[in-house]
Amino acid sequence: MTDKPTWKDMHIGNIITDPGNASFRRTGDWRTEKPVLDKEMCVRCALCWIDCPDGAIRPCDDGYYEADLHYCKGCGICARICPAGAILMEEEGEQ
Amino acid sequence: MSKRVALEASHAVAEAARMANVDVISAYPITPQTHIPERLAEMVADGELNAAYIPVESEHSAMSACLGAAAIGARTFTATAGPGLEYMHNVLYVAPSMRLPVVMTVANRALSAPISIWGDHSDVMAVRDTGWIQVFCQNSQEAFDLTIWAFRVGEDRSVLFPVMVHLDGFPLSHVVEPMFLPGQADVDRFLPRFQYPYPLDPDRPMTHGALGPPDIYSEAKLAQEMALQESRNVILQAWKEFEDVFGRRYSPVEEYRTEGAETLLLAMGSYTETAKIVIDQRRDHGEAIGLISIRLWRPFPYEELRRAVKGAGRLIVFDRCISFGMGGPVFSEVRSALYDEDRRPKVVGFVGGLGGRDVPEKEFGYLIDRGKEVADRGSDRMMETVGIR
Repeated sequence: MTDKPTWKDMHIGNIITDPGNASFRRTGDWRTEKPVLDKEMCVRCALCWIDCPDGAIRPCDDGYYEADLHYCKGCGICARICPAGAILMEEEGEQ
Repeated sequence: MSKRVALEASHAVAEAARMANVDVISAYPITPQTHIPERLAEMVADGELNAAYIPVESEHSAMSACLGAAAIGARTFTATAGPGLEYMHNVLYVAPSMRLPVVMTVANRALSAPISIWGDHSDVMAVRDTGWIQVFCQNSQEAFDLTIWAFRVGEDRSVLFPVMVHLDGFPLSHVVEPMFLPGQADVDRFLPRFQYPYPLDPDRPMTHGALGPPDIYSEAKLAQEMALQESRNVILQAWKEFEDVFGRRYSPVEEYRTEGAETLLLAMGSYTETAKIVIDQRRDHGEAIGLISIRLWRPFPYEELRRAVKGAGRLIVFDRCISFGMGGPVFSEVRSALYDEDRRPKVVGFVGGLGGRDVPEKEFGYLIDRGKEVADRGSDRMMETVGIR
């Protein structure tokens, strides 16, 4: 048995009536590279936070920014945009 | 209360859209177009119709604009024909999948090459699997009536599917015919306001048109098919309500002088009327022949078709399209639909009337005589033709 929805459970037009529900699922599991921040070099300009296309970078209490690896797709835009060169893309290891 | 008027079928459809009080019209206003969006543009410009008219740069965009309009809950209309219909092909699939009730008139035309602007059913048959509810009209009156009816059916809360209303390009779309135009009060009585249950609304956000990965796509498609099959209840109910209000009766499969018929002819669209003349002549000479016409093309009327052909020995199907490498598309669907019947007529298919080629009464005479011969004695041809040298 499976608890996956059958055709009878599908909403009309496959409409999602609770928007934002992607936050309940981990969507970054197919990433091949992850961003690694060097806090020594980071100037806390927030550009990585602003430019992340998936909203996967968040501000932390200590004033720095970190990627939520449950959602980060590893696109590398943060590393490219960082004016201080503080973010490096590192290959994901073998699972 | 209705008045008798003479209207070109295209103008009758525009009048139906006006009386349905559509909110949004989006169309690409150049060949292959009809007088339908032209007349509607005039109505909007002259203040006879309070609607948003969105002229776009292609049919692909016209259908895309219609999807957006329907998704906010607007009563939405468009019209196209032939290559224009094919140009919006991939967007056509989106409307029924997202359950967005757009009404579209298609003035059926041929497809290139050679270049043809004239009528046949090649455009319809290429979109038969897109998931729209589809009906064929025989005359101006029906074009008006089924347009009003299409809004009633498609927008029904338990249906929510787009509806395509087919009328033959030129022999119907551009011909002036007498017809009854109903009063606005009757149209309003038949057609309630459109209340889409899931409109895009900033105060109540939701996601339309999300991704369907492999673990959910099949379920989504089965749900769509089951809902389309289910829509036949409302389709029939709406035709009954239509008869109550306007007095004209429509059915999924029309039967004409079929009582005791040994041979049946099957035609669709405006050629049904030509065929009726021939059936009358032959009946007057004592021939046991009748006519059936498929009005509801999707969802396919299996039950009504099986009932209509019961007792007949021969069924001659007239197609105005070639499904290349397969023959007549209506012929193959009809023959397949009857396969499980214990006693079924011998089904013979003819192709003709392509790219505006007229099929007059005498050609129907040939079609019937040759059809009976093939049904009784067989033929070594893959496909019979009529009126083709």
